[in-house]
Amino acid sequence: MKSNSDGLMIDGIVGYIDRDNIDTDQIIPTEYLKSIKKFGFEDYLFDGWRYHDDGRLGVKKEEREVNKDFILNISPYNKSKILLAKDNFGCGSSREHAVWALRDFGIKAVIASSFGDIFYNNCFKNGVLPIQLQKNQIEELFKTVEDEIVEFSIDLQERIIINGDKEISFDVEDHLIDRIIYGLDDVDITLKEKDKIYNFEKNRKETRPWIFINE
Amino acid sequence: MKTLYDKLWEEHHVTQLDSGESLLYIDRHYLHEVTSPQAFEGLSKKNLKPWRLKANIATPDHNVPTTRGDDFDSEKIKDEISKIQVVELDKNCNTYGIKQFDIKSTKQGIVHVIGPELGYTLPGMTIVCGDSHTSTHGALGCLAMGIGTSEVEHVLATQCLKASKLKNMRVKFEGTPPENVSSKDIVLYFIGQIGTAGGTGYAIEFAGSYIEQISIESRMTICNMAIEAGAKVGLVAPDDKTIMYVRKKSFLDKELLLKAEDHWSGLKSDEDAFFDKEVTIDISKIKPQVTWGTSPEMVVNFDDDIPKISDYSEQNKKNIELARHYMGIKDESKLSDLVFDKVFIGSCTNSRIEDLRQAAGIVKGKFVAKNISEAIVVPGSGMVKEQAEQEGLDKIFTEAGFIWRAPGCSMCLGMNPDQLKPYERCASTSNRNFEGRQGYLGRTHLMSPIMAAFTAINGTVGDPL
Repeated sequence: MKSNSDGLMIDGIVGYIDRDNIDTDQIIPTEYLKSIKKFGFEDYLFDGWRYHDDGRLGVKKEEREVNKDFILNISPYNKSKILLAKDNFGCGSSREHAVWALRDFGIKAVIASSFGDIFYNNCFKNGVLPIQLQKNQIEELFKTVEDEIVEFSIDLQERIIINGDKEISFDVEDHLIDRIIYGLDDVDITLKEKDKIYNFEKNRKETRPWIFINE
Repeated sequence: MKTLYDKLWEEHHVTQLDSGESLLYIDRHYLHEVTSPQAFEGLSKKNLKPWRLKANIATPDHNVPTTRGDDFDSEKIKDEISKIQVVELDKNCNTYGIKQFDIKSTKQGIVHVIGPELGYTLPGMTIVCGDSHTSTHGALGCLAMGIGTSEVEHVLATQCLKASKLKNMRVKFEGTPPENVSSKDIVLYFIGQIGTAGGTGYAIEFAGSYIEQISIESRMTICNMAIEAGAKVGLVAPDDKTIMYVRKKSFLDKELLLKAEDHWSGLKSDEDAFFDKEVTIDISKIKPQVTWGTSPEMVVNFDDDIPKISDYSEQNKKNIELARHYMGIKDESKLSDLVFDKVFIGSCTNSRIEDLRQAAGIVKGKFVAKNISEAIVVPGSGMVKEQAEQEGLDKIFTEAGFIWRAPGCSMCLGMNPDQLKPYERCASTSNRNFEGRQGYLGRTHLMSPIMAAFTAINGTVGDPL
């Protein structure tokens, strides 16, 4: 049987935010972009909504005025592994910190009707699966999760979301889902092609020499 | 038959990977202090060096204080955390030998302003940077886009970007707009029409008689905000204006420049090129645009009513209600009823010399309104600042009560001390009116430099004519 541990399944509580256009400034405000680290962003996810005060990098959750009404602060949603939102999730800035914050909080999949292009790409580099569904499917899912606490199982190989006895299939390109399952490193893969890159570059130096000159 | 985007894609296509993705060769890579430290760390862990050192150009812009004097350096930044990031960029550039216009340089500035003005952005290039407003460089006919930090590391290490091809959209702006309507108004209007997800998955080529008429800097403002329409790539085919612009900025020798120009003048979409989507907008009657809400698509004519919750379908009501609430809109029915607290003229969207000239034209001989507690002008670069000072624009601003600052991203996103206080209302020439963008609980209204300057003088938005 597949399980979370082999990376083929994502099981967990579904947190939800009923909004369109959740931009990367909402997912993590600019203050936290001052970090030079790649981890440790969990306390700052949705900072403007999760707290009633203005945060600073390094100030921990325990020292903040927590917004007890915000869904990800409410048990058991504070353990959400899956996040449901509406249209254009992750629009705005290119900051990968937005995905790092979701990942560090424990979110492994985001389900929405569309995603910002750069955010979508960034997700796969960090083991977070963005799942795009039709708007009417999203509306249906919202009805389900708003009624009661729900856990979904997401089968990565079969590309299905399992909600009790209901199943919803989704599309993701093979190479992207492989990134989530196997956590492959892009640089390693690309450097296997280094001869091709060298040759391309050599040719380009001849045909477009102005590109290669700096003052 | 191919679009300009198709041609640029093919020219830079190195190979197709087993995964089906392509490797695109990257001609120019811009770096700044916020999205690069983790990429350099990754490079170092893998024991790699930048593939082609000279492809990289760096400058600190997001964190830098704009109140700094002449003998300032990175170590003098008061915010300890900001300082670490700027110092880290210094260190990384020194370690690897990357060309940096550092905080002391007279050429430092917002990365998307200095790239073109220093001649590093050339037509036909692929350009990436860990910043979504990299689309700005598309105004010179480049395939330019923002990337994440993992991709910054990848480009440093391999000189390539792993990418899948985007769809093609052409947006034609036809006509001549009324006086005092600038390219910022046009792009805001466009975003209002198409929505912030309208361009998702597309590379947008901007064309039409309006694009032909306007300057390169005005085109930059439009390409800059392609991302606010959801498109990570925005571009304009090079024409004579582009070539003249580059000729002025270029450090290439004459012979090479002529050879390059010959190539650049052929960079355009074929007449019968196929676009997955075509949009034509008559802009001849467009009025100055001002955003009222928390997404760039929440935009109306400056003299329109602010949308009411009852104007919208059940599905959109919630978004409108949340935006009105955040923006502190209660009984006010018109944008001109809203009283402003601050004015920000700057950002990679509108901090170039033409923007400052337009704003100064409105301000000249007048005074900032009493309700405006602070009006700041932040030139996009050291070179813009110098040019403006030569023209006496700084005097026009300061005599009117504006504060004249040193270059940086500043209040566009408030990573440095230039921030709104909670509930302050700001007339801003930047690109994003997201919640908290300019400071915790701050309220941002996006507009052109002309309208921001007018708002500073008038205290509220109105007709700048």
